[in-house]
Amino acid sequence: MNVGAWEAIILVVRRELCLSFRRPDQLLQPLVFFLIVTTLFPLGLSPQLSLLRDMAPGVLWVAALLSSLLSLDSLFKSDADDGTLEQLALCGQGLTVIVVAKTFAHWLVTGAALVLVSPVVGTALGIPGTAFATMMLSLGLGTLTLSWLGAIGAGLTVGLKRGNVLLSLIVLPLAMPLLIFGAGATDRAISGSSVAGALYFLAALCVFTCTLAPFAATVALRITLE
Amino acid sequence: MWTWFYKLASPPYVYAAAAALMPWFLGLAGVSIAYGLVAGLGFAPPDYQQGDAFRIIYVHAPSAWLSLSAYSTMAVTGAIGLIWRIKMGHAVAAASAPIGASFTLLALVTGSLWGRPMWGTFWAWDPRLTSELILLFLYVGVMSLRSAFEDPARGDRAAALLGIVGLVNVPIIHYSVLWWNSLHQGATVAKLGKPSMPGSMLWPLLSMLLGFMLFYGAVLCIRLQGEVLNRERQAKWVREAIQS
Repeated sequence: MNVGAWEAIILVVRRELCLSFRRPDQLLQPLVFFLIVTTLFPLGLSPQLSLLRDMAPGVLWVAALLSSLLSLDSLFKSDADDGTLEQLALCGQGLTVIVVAKTFAHWLVTGAALVLVSPVVGTALGIPGTAFATMMLSLGLGTLTLSWLGAIGAGLTVGLKRGNVLLSLIVLPLAMPLLIFGAGATDRAISGSSVAGALYFLAALCVFTCTLAPFAATVALRITLE
Repeated sequence: MWTWFYKLASPPYVYAAAAALMPWFLGLAGVSIAYGLVAGLGFAPPDYQQGDAFRIIYVHAPSAWLSLSAYSTMAVTGAIGLIWRIKMGHAVAAASAPIGASFTLLALVTGSLWGRPMWGTFWAWDPRLTSELILLFLYVGVMSLRSAFEDPARGDRAAALLGIVGLVNVPIIHYSVLWWNSLHQGATVAKLGKPSMPGSMLWPLLSMLLGFMLFYGAVLCIRLQGEVLNRERQAKWVREAIQS
């Protein structure tokens, strides 16, 4: 059967989503982790909402980065372990197409889900409702960029037995600009100043990473697969 | 005409070339650093604002420059190894990473020692110090990725790819951190035409930079010899080179 690249992407995304929704506990774990980490900060710092509001963008973004990283380990792992990834690599579509589809599907079940629960966490941390739109938009762009960066890291560490810590070690330094602009945009939205600059920068980073990272992730997978 | 270029891919040639170049690098580095230290610490006038404390720049700025150029060397030679499958490229990259990480650490330590009298604190979340710190994390990531693989060839290629990704990211990280917070003094040397430093301060600094580069070259040659011997330990020429 001859399948075009778009159809292949749709097929792989559907397969990934189907697999994820059959194991809802794994789908929920990163989200619960996100909620737990954000609960730690009021307990550790202070329950005063006025104080928390100053910390909120940073807390929210750090928690989002950590919970996205936590789930990145599984991006290629199970498929690499049972040989599915090699079959997908041989299916004649080119590995980049598969990488794009898998990473996008991964973002849908982790990053996009995180964006959807972020207003709950935002309310708990005292972020005003007027800043929610900026917060969600910046989180959406940031987690998508992080998924691409993470795909490179996951591709490099997929063959390793204990690659999880190493994955964080190599991806987190690359993700620091995201934290700066993401938390910056949210912070500006809370204080009511203009958010356009930081959001544009996040969007530029997202487009830049979306264009180049799939190829880097493909090379990374080829290094560990062959 | 191009045969010297192909020779660079041959381990015995690289080993011999590194051994031959090393004393030159080391000697010239000694001369250059000696002049820089004597002229910079002894004869350059004290800064009108910072007094004698500014003299740490003669160690701090060259290490910061070298931390970046050692990273680029590592990334570029790693890319050569990855793209053209030249094993010696990976050997140079593997030899360069720990030196670059040490220069980064040196720049961080001298930076914080400089910060104590100037800013009143050892560590400020200043953009340049912060991006230097992130650079150190990048080095650590590349080095641990290389050693995480059981198959050294695979580790080499994975580390090379991460090095390239990091090289693309270094300017992004640098400028985003710069945007985020600023306390560090602006560029003093790289202003073309009119540097904001008199010649009696500038020449020792440039001499230190040259000396640090040559010193890096010398250490790279030593480490490269070790890398080549370790990688080629099954080869016949290594046994002959060691026995002779």
